[in-house]
Amino acid sequence: MELKKQILRLLAEDGRMSARDMAERLDSDEKTIADMIEQLERDKVIFGYCAMFDETELPENAVKAIIEVKIRPERDGGFDKIARRLSRFPQVSSLYLMSGGFDLMVEVKGRNLNEVAMFVSSKLATIDGVLSTATHFLLKKYKEAGKLLQEEEPHERLQVTP
Amino acid sequence: MNDSKSLRKHIAPHIAELPKSGIRDFFELVNTMDDVISLGIGEPDFVTPWTIREAAIYSIEKGRTSYTSNLGTMSLRKAICDYVNREYHISYCPKNECIVCVGVSEAFDLAIRAITSPGDEIIYHEPCYVSYAAEIRMSHGVPVPVSTYEKNHFALDPEDLERAVTPKTKAIILNFPCNPTGATLTMEQTERIAEIARKHDLLVLADHIYSELTYGEKTPSIASLPGMKERTIFLHGFSKAFAMTGFRIGYACGPADVIDAMMKVHQYSMLCASITAQDAAEEALRNGENAMLAMKNEYANRRNVIVSRLNGMGLPCLKPEGSFYVFPNITSTGMSSKDFAVNLLNRKKVAVVPGSAFGTCGEGYVRCSYATSLEGIRTAMDRMEEFVKEVRGEK
Ligand SMILES: Cc1ncc(COP(=O)(O)O)c(C=O)c1O
Repeated sequence: MELKKQILRLLAEDGRMSARDMAERLDSDEKTIADMIEQLERDKVIFGYCAMFDETELPENAVKAIIEVKIRPERDGGFDKIARRLSRFPQVSSLYLMSGGFDLMVEVKGRNLNEVAMFVSSKLATIDGVLSTATHFLLKKYKEAGKLLQEEEPHERLQVTP
Repeated sequence: MNDSKSLRKHIAPHIAELPKSGIRDFFELVNTMDDVISLGIGEPDFVTPWTIREAAIYSIEKGRTSYTSNLGTMSLRKAICDYVNREYHISYCPKNECIVCVGVSEAFDLAIRAITSPGDEIIYHEPCYVSYAAEIRMSHGVPVPVSTYEKNHFALDPEDLERAVTPKTKAIILNFPCNPTGATLTMEQTERIAEIARKHDLLVLADHIYSELTYGEKTPSIASLPGMKERTIFLHGFSKAFAMTGFRIGYACGPADVIDAMMKVHQYSMLCASITAQDAAEEALRNGENAMLAMKNEYANRRNVIVSRLNGMGLPCLKPEGSFYVFPNITSTGMSSKDFAVNLLNRKKVAVVPGSAFGTCGEGYVRCSYATSLEGIRTAMDRMEEFVKEVRGEK
């Protein structure tokens, strides 16, 4: 449905956009939009809202690492069982099953290098079925969730042109 | 001879008599002020999509810094002809039916110079892009404007067009979606205009620069109708759809004889378009579609906002099907379009362009461009609403 897609496009840009604002942009009315959003939430198409901010502001998120994990698939359940188990740890902020040279990509956040390293060695690596891990710490962020962290300087445009 | 007055007599009369664009005057006025929100801008506010900029950088890195064939690089011409075939269903041969130019501006200039003999009449619809009449005059042709009206959604009425045809008529210029009205043509109107062109043996210059920015269903190009490819010069470019105004790149497709004639003028006056811009344009056609559609989607949202705000403040405004302009009717304020624009600028620091800059029948309207951030549009609309209220109160 076109309106549904348009609402999702706007929310992807600005999760706090009001139904009224959307209605004006999409030439619809507030109630239709609000109802549609509610439906999207009920259907779990929209499964949450969160702010994007400089995470180093929070001490518990000061360090971020991406960990490549190789695992032994299980007879029934394949990769899912281990993946689900790992995803329950609050330190894990994202987790994906990957094609290629490793199986799971785990994003972990912590207060400092040590905390993340401890989590990897004492929790992640010791889980039965985990064959190996390779931990990559993030040094600098340039772009996240489609947003450039350093916007280009706007340049002067002529004020009136044909 | 150093005195400017004595030099004036050396200026060719047909250039000396050429009026300066009304937009230019207004630009000078706006430029003296700070903190203006401008709805007067006829170019995208987006920067050129990165994939296109990156291709330009790569082209320079590779040392592609030479002239190209007069017609443009073969690979770009192929990409253009493929694109025109895919999007407009007209098949042109990249070898001799396509020429790459420095913007639609140059393509238009070449077309007019190639076809106009002194005294030839060329018909165009008003309100329109500011260059048409001047270009015709510079080629010693006679510009013949045909007015379009709000009641017809600013589409060119084929019957009005036919009444303007004389034995001296050489060509018709069509620009739909239209700058400044945003108007588009219906299929019936296009067919009827094609019929008139065939009947009176006229050429058609179709300026398609805003075609990608069509929000409803896209009307086919007149060049794709039966018997029309052989009499249409299809003008198009990258400035608007791909936000590439600064690259200065466009093209013309048409019958080999016409392209050959245009090529001669181009060869002697311009040589070729910049190779960097040509490489960038090729990337736009090959990989720029997603970025283009995202910009178009944003324009569509802004259009909805600006149209509803203008109508809400009592300035009747059609909802145009294309381009990034709206053309509200300001006659209810009792002001001329120039007074409206000047007062709005002085009192509220919002720049719009008086409709009269686009032809006499643009009087009573102003052009508002929505190629500006939505935030800017909303603030401009708030200020304009205050202005309209104040003006009505003063009356
Ligand atoms: C109708 C129309 N034609 C042509 C042009 C010129 O475009 P280009 O940048 O390709 O020279 C413009 C630019 O504003 C325009 O509005």
